[in-house]
Amino acid sequence: MDFPFLSSLILLPLIGALFIFFSKSKSNTYLTIKYLALFVSFANFILSLYLWYLFDPSTAEFQFLEERSWIKSFINYKVGIDGISILFIILTAFITPLCIVSVNSTVKYRLKDFLVAILVMESLMIGVFCSLDLVIFYLFFEGGLIPMFLIIGIWGGERRVYSAFKFFLYTLLGSVLMLVAIISIYWFTGSTDITYLYDFGIDEKYQYLLWLAFFSSFAVKTPMWPVHTWLPDAHVEAPTAGSVLLAAILLKMAGYGFIRFSVGLFPVASEYFIPLIYILSLIAIIYTSLVALMQEDMKKLIAYSSVAHMGFVTLGIFTFTQQGLEGSIFQMISHGLVSAALFLSVGVIYERMHTRLIDNYGGLVSVMPKYSIVLMVFTLGAVGLPGTSGFIGEFLILIGAFKKSFLVAAIASIGVILSAAYMLWLYKRVVFGEIKKDEIKKMSDLNRAEIFILTVLVLPIIFFGFYPEPLLNTTEISIENLIEMYKTNINSNLVEK
Amino acid sequence: MINLNFIYSEIFLCLAIMILLLIGVFKKNSSYLIYNLSILSLFGCLALILNFPINTNVELFNNSFKIDYLSTYMKILLILSGIFVLLSSSKYIQIIKINKIEYPILILSSVVGMMVMISSNDLILFYIGLELQSLSLYVLASFNRDNILSSESGLKYFVLSALSSGLLLYGCSLIYGFSGSTNFNLISENINQDSYGLTFGIVFIITGLAFKISAVPFHMWAPDVYEGSPTSVTIFFAILPKIAALTVFIRILYVPFLNIIDQWQIIIIFLSIASMLFGAIAAIGQKNLKRLIAYSSIGHMGYALAGLSTGTNLGIQSSITYISIYLFMNLAFFCCLFMLRRDEKYFENIEDLSGLSKNHPILSFSLLIVLFSLAGIPPLVGFFAKFYIFTAVVEQSMYALAIIGLLSTVIAAFYYLRIIKVIYFDPEKERYEKNHNIGLKISLAFSTIFILFYFIYPSPLIEIIEKINII
Repeated sequence: MDFPFLSSLILLPLIGALFIFFSKSKSNTYLTIKYLALFVSFANFILSLYLWYLFDPSTAEFQFLEERSWIKSFINYKVGIDGISILFIILTAFITPLCIVSVNSTVKYRLKDFLVAILVMESLMIGVFCSLDLVIFYLFFEGGLIPMFLIIGIWGGERRVYSAFKFFLYTLLGSVLMLVAIISIYWFTGSTDITYLYDFGIDEKYQYLLWLAFFSSFAVKTPMWPVHTWLPDAHVEAPTAGSVLLAAILLKMAGYGFIRFSVGLFPVASEYFIPLIYILSLIAIIYTSLVALMQEDMKKLIAYSSVAHMGFVTLGIFTFTQQGLEGSIFQMISHGLVSAALFLSVGVIYERMHTRLIDNYGGLVSVMPKYSIVLMVFTLGAVGLPGTSGFIGEFLILIGAFKKSFLVAAIASIGVILSAAYMLWLYKRVVFGEIKKDEIKKMSDLNRAEIFILTVLVLPIIFFGFYPEPLLNTTEISIENLIEMYKTNINSNLVEK
Repeated sequence: MINLNFIYSEIFLCLAIMILLLIGVFKKNSSYLIYNLSILSLFGCLALILNFPINTNVELFNNSFKIDYLSTYMKILLILSGIFVLLSSSKYIQIIKINKIEYPILILSSVVGMMVMISSNDLILFYIGLELQSLSLYVLASFNRDNILSSESGLKYFVLSALSSGLLLYGCSLIYGFSGSTNFNLISENINQDSYGLTFGIVFIITGLAFKISAVPFHMWAPDVYEGSPTSVTIFFAILPKIAALTVFIRILYVPFLNIIDQWQIIIIFLSIASMLFGAIAAIGQKNLKRLIAYSSIGHMGYALAGLSTGTNLGIQSSITYISIYLFMNLAFFCCLFMLRRDEKYFENIEDLSGLSKNHPILSFSLLIVLFSLAGIPPLVGFFAKFYIFTAVVEQSMYALAIIGLLSTVIAAFYYLRIIKVIYFDPEKERYEKNHNIGLKISLAFSTIFILFYFIYPSPLIEIIEKINII
């Protein structure tokens, strides 16, 4: 492949951000820079779709490889994608334009800086998903902290400073150990190139500690119980677009990291730590679902539900079955769409009422019928009703889990019921019932931009619910290969013993 | 006959100092002229250093003066930062009225002292260089003599520095006594592993040098001196003496005493850990930016020492990389401080930055970049500095040091974030003036661009530093 697709995907938003940063910020140019940002991110989306079109799902090899010398005789800049990463890139490129459209009503001041931050964020996240070198990965992974810190801190709600600090320090603390692990891997094997490490493996005696170091970073980012507490704060205080980015893409970086690094690089240790992951995932599923039931703040409720859904993802990954892993990836994509949609929906009514407390709403169905319909779809998507994308993911994960352990799967199934409870209850309290307040009567239904954004999200949620083939096909071979690699590693390790 | 060709740069600078002094005495109101001429003479000195091939390796004056790749690189770094310091602070010294003729001349003589330190291959020559730079620094610290803080800081620095010099000298005499020579090459030949006197000597020398780079527990002077001195002197303090002292550290530890590394390694590790943790924790409560950067520099020296403690070439190279990068981050930070001027007054408290981003987007962006870089967040240059250090540390399997170091970066990130919070999240205050002199703008732009875009092409710096082989 001659044309550097992946580098263009990374660079395009950065160039756009640079243009916007140096443009004169007058109020009458706001529209222009918004259209510029939209154009750039949309172009990136088209490019990512074209990439999917060119992508060959019949091989597990990394495709669109680019390799350049970066730090001489030490680290190479290496990017490439396989069936696992391409979907996340498309998801990122899909969500970002929606965020930019949504800033219309949610970002009242310093729009220019906001657009710069969002675009920088996009390019860093795409970088995370296509880097094939540990150091490059770390660079993108950590670099994302800077724009997100600013997004939460500048445009956030009342407790924004606390939340921004918590977000930043939690994730930084989690990842410094990963840095030590990356450097250690370099000295153990002489390379940080992932394909090289896949081929030659890492000595079994080092794997356990290295796995834990990577785990500390990914567990915070996922977030897994008990280090999930930054997420509700960050979600609640972040502006709508920030919450969307956090929920839809940032959390997926950790799930992706688990698949790519924990499973791929340290198979023996992954096998060893399965019980730990299962216990933490089950606690996340049950406990945070219960916590979500009790929330009075809509955004907080969705944030806790995200923790529970990510619990399913980690559970699915560590079943090491075809279904479990495919289900995890599907669940991540689906959750990316659904949680983004839910946060945008909350943003819509927050704009009108300036409150996120569930008690202040009720009876929206009579004033906002269109809104009630789309919210219904998203709620059902979050519940995992058959016919929405949420179902496929959870179903596959549960199949995978049943293969591995009946007990684990049974407990996880309770989580599905709980998720129905809190989501439907939320929907009932917000949309149905009597109109308690006069302000609600004055609320207007969706405007054109909002209809556009939400419909764009409704379509894939239903489409992939009925026809998951395109996504599953893309990931299938790569995951088969991953599992095969995993099994040969485990077996050869057993033989050695 | 000794070949003087190789020390033309030092001789040139000494001559320049004398000539500038004469001009200053005989020509009235010549402070501005002398200031510019000093910058020019630094450029001249740089040209003379670059005149020789960089891989020259000679020893002059009975092997007491050494010119090799390390000394040449460090001298270039030193002179460059001297030029940037002078360029960026010219307006500052006019406004707080310390633009006397002695000011640039003292800076130049201090630079000469540092150059001698960097090249010294002998304890006596090293001590002479050290005292030459220190004497100039005492005067510079108290240069704003009408200001009580400045006078205090000068006095404090003088007393403590004299004490540390005394210790250093005592260490030198012990080493001379137990090894029979002051020359580094001869010491390394005559070294006796079991001699306690020698170990004591090393400890005293390390103490004296740790004082110069303000490593814990010899850091007490730094916050007061940084805060009290005029900012133009603080930036000098923050950068140049550290380059010189670090070079001497490398030379002394790695040339004569490499064989007894187990005697001093643990001391350096302790200094490093203590500095990293103390620098991170003590800075949290600070309100004054200069004081805060003093604590932050204590922490940063801890990282540089972590590289030194490895006892490998890679460790030395990572330390040198660290100091080269640290220099630009500090330069950019102080340039931003120089820009906080309103009505002929400079502001240096954290709260003065409140809401800066609304009225000064570019300045705030530079500060943002610098602070995140100081905190070591990728992809900014500060991350690479730490990355190289920890690469060297982990290579020697010193995991505890690496983990403590990285945890202290998380603590340190907190106070850098606090400044960013004030700049970006807090309500705005009055505007600052925007007319800055061109030298300041160039320094800030250059260093910010370096910090921001280093990650695109990191190889050259590594390739240059890779050639430093001491062991």
